[in-house]
Amino acid sequence: MTRVLELSGITKRFGATLANDAVSLHLERGEIVALLGENGAGKTTLMSILFGHYTADAGTVRVEGEVLPPGHPRAAIRAGVGMVHQHFALAANLTVLDNVMTGTEPLWRLRSDRSGARARLAALAERFGLRVDPDARVSDLSVGERQRVEILKALYNDASILILDEPTAVLTTQEAERLFATLRDMAAKGLSLIFISHKLHEVMSASDRVVVLRGGRVVAERATRETSREELAELMVGRAVDRPVRPPATPGPVLLQARDVAVAGKGGASLKGVDFALRAGETLGIIGVSGNGQTTLAEVVSGVLAPAAGTLTVRGAPLASGVRAAIAAGIGRIPEDRHAEGVLGDMTTWENVVLERIWSPEFSRRGVVRRGAARAAAARILGDYDVRGAQVDGRVRLLSGGNMQKLILGRVLEAAPDILVAAQPSRGLDEGAIAGVHRRLIEARARGAGVLLISEDLDEVIALADRIRAIVGGRLSPAIPAERADARLLGLMMAGDWRAAEGIAAGAEGEAHAL
Amino acid sequence: MRFERRERPSAALTLLAPLGAIGAALALAGALIATAGANVAEAFGLILQGALGSRLGITETLTRATPLILTGLAAAVAFRARLWNIGGEGQFYMGALAVSAFGLVPGLAAAPAPVAVLACLVAGALAGMALLLVPVTLKLRFGTDEVVTTLLLNFVAILFVSMMIEGALRDPLAFGWPQSVPVPDVALLPQLVERSRLHAGLLIALAMAVAVWWLQERTVFGMRARAAGLNARAAAFAGVPLGRTLVLVGCLSGGLAGLAGAIEVMGVKGYVTTDLSPNYGYSGIVIAMLAALHPIGVIGAALFSAVIFVGADSMSRALGVPSYIADVTVALSLLTMLVALFLVQFRVRR
Repeated sequence: MTRVLELSGITKRFGATLANDAVSLHLERGEIVALLGENGAGKTTLMSILFGHYTADAGTVRVEGEVLPPGHPRAAIRAGVGMVHQHFALAANLTVLDNVMTGTEPLWRLRSDRSGARARLAALAERFGLRVDPDARVSDLSVGERQRVEILKALYNDASILILDEPTAVLTTQEAERLFATLRDMAAKGLSLIFISHKLHEVMSASDRVVVLRGGRVVAERATRETSREELAELMVGRAVDRPVRPPATPGPVLLQARDVAVAGKGGASLKGVDFALRAGETLGIIGVSGNGQTTLAEVVSGVLAPAAGTLTVRGAPLASGVRAAIAAGIGRIPEDRHAEGVLGDMTTWENVVLERIWSPEFSRRGVVRRGAARAAAARILGDYDVRGAQVDGRVRLLSGGNMQKLILGRVLEAAPDILVAAQPSRGLDEGAIAGVHRRLIEARARGAGVLLISEDLDEVIALADRIRAIVGGRLSPAIPAERADARLLGLMMAGDWRAAEGIAAGAEGEAHAL
Repeated sequence: MRFERRERPSAALTLLAPLGAIGAALALAGALIATAGANVAEAFGLILQGALGSRLGITETLTRATPLILTGLAAAVAFRARLWNIGGEGQFYMGALAVSAFGLVPGLAAAPAPVAVLACLVAGALAGMALLLVPVTLKLRFGTDEVVTTLLLNFVAILFVSMMIEGALRDPLAFGWPQSVPVPDVALLPQLVERSRLHAGLLIALAMAVAVWWLQERTVFGMRARAAGLNARAAAFAGVPLGRTLVLVGCLSGGLAGLAGAIEVMGVKGYVTTDLSPNYGYSGIVIAMLAALHPIGVIGAALFSAVIFVGADSMSRALGVPSYIADVTVALSLLTMLVALFLVQFRVRR
């Protein structure tokens, strides 16, 4: 075998954190290597250095034996490295062909060779079984198709080494399987691939070799057939972490009821005729492939978006629109994107703690902020919720993701909400922080709060939820009890096939006279 | 050359940035002075001498700084909330014109002085507000870009002033010069120093800077306005009423610029002409940036600009360097400040 890619001694420091610490990695021709690691392990940083987005503090990248000049994505492309980003870099208003051709022709050339490009794209699509309509607008394509366009774009640039950053994050189980079949086929045809993942099952099923990163270092390297899920899990986390276990539920009265709620969401993620009920002391899990309306659902219940039709009632009383009304009605809100929505990074900790309840007499009087009370509340939360590295007057930007989430949990739970909306509460956190978040959600439920858990992490939903619904195209599936959930059934529900779920839901209703 | 974001911009660097920027701007201006054939050290000495070396110089500098503090505050409060108000110049003129028109109200001349002064100040502020509320409303309703609308409204405002002072508000005793009827004596601001042009407007401007600081740092409105400017999405999630906050910020910003115009008429000129403002509105933008949008910093930045403007006048008389060097220096300081602010956030690699 020939070594097509070699990274040696890559070190990259961001401020005080060492994102990559003397990482070495190689790739043979025709091989699929999985780069496994938790969020924050340094996987994406390493690949960004390889592709020239970042410059390493030390270390070299060799492609086919030649050293790649650092910091130049164009040099990487010319050397045959293609990158498929987790968040696609496609222009939605252009066609597939336009997107693939972008950047491949000199800017000053007056004529663009579209027919040549079309033929070449068709040949590539044929050869690798990546079928897409070259004249379709990217905005009309499904997520899976968009990913195919990204891969074609890399291949069109003569990539012989392909790097995929969390390629399955936005795919359904079935789409992911199809993707991996394609990748194996590409490897058989002589391409070399690295894919980044933190999902053990896909690493086990799709790679030849696994490189495990933890805390910026390579902690292990294994041939896939000689390792096991269990071994990889321990290598990835570094220790055995026990997630808390949910005690049985004792559901109380209905706290939050949605009837026929419809709203136009951003990017087509609209809600259509959404009905659900959330009881005291239970957790309702909403699963789904990203972009099916879960963000919109969270925004509606959080008071950020007003429903266009239908009603939301809290303990039977209609919920007025607006964030303030939602908070006043006892809804605690954990937003999906903690950096963009949950906190204001350039404001202080105490301001972030009180901003959403600044109207309450506790924190302001006649329009003047009660700084003493606000700072005391923040100090209390920093202590009670073990937010590390935060100062009451320090900026929140500097906190790690886990500590930021603790701060948000603290500010929400401090108000003892009856209803808790948690959207992707453990996204991007490491195992220890996830366990902490889960413990808080279980505590809230035990206290009698109703928890609406919206998550793309199936293990999380199975672990925390009492009932599970899937959201598909803005509609909610019937609810199944968590005990009946398995990966196959949830996969079907997320794909929109609700026949089995309907049967179970009808059965459960018959048994328990529940919803 | 590549730029990398600094994870934690140091406090020392943040404080040194404006000083470094001013130093760099003065160095560049020095190069231009040298090109004009004058001795650079002598020229800077004369600038300082002219602006601060005599009682007249100091009072002139402070008189000049007064409207600059207010237009600087107007830009700073708006920019803090990411409302790009480039229309300070127009709002300044509308404020000035409102005072002049208000002077025609029968009975004002007979009112007690404090009442007349206060009424005229309020009228000027309201006029500035009204002019800025047009683009703010357009932005909220239709998403129009306020950079364009506020900038273009400056020309509309100045042409409107021109129309009024050649028409309804024309002073019949001005021998045909296009100038407005004078403000009644009761509505003039008292002098602060005998035999100088320095007037009580300076105290109003300083009080406004403190008031704006207090509003921004201590009130719910200030906290919300800052949040809206830093991250509108997160602010909306936290329940900040974005539209209402933006309107209030617009009122404050337009009001301050209008107040600057009113005070200039009531303190210095006594009537309105179309050359009332040597670009006070636009200079306010530079001053706000130099102050890194901090209301108290605005005072210092306004004083710096005033020193340059007043000092360059006397320097150019002595050395024959064109007094445009003042405009160039202040403009350069904006550019160097932008570079300095960038370098606080990013470091240069290789």
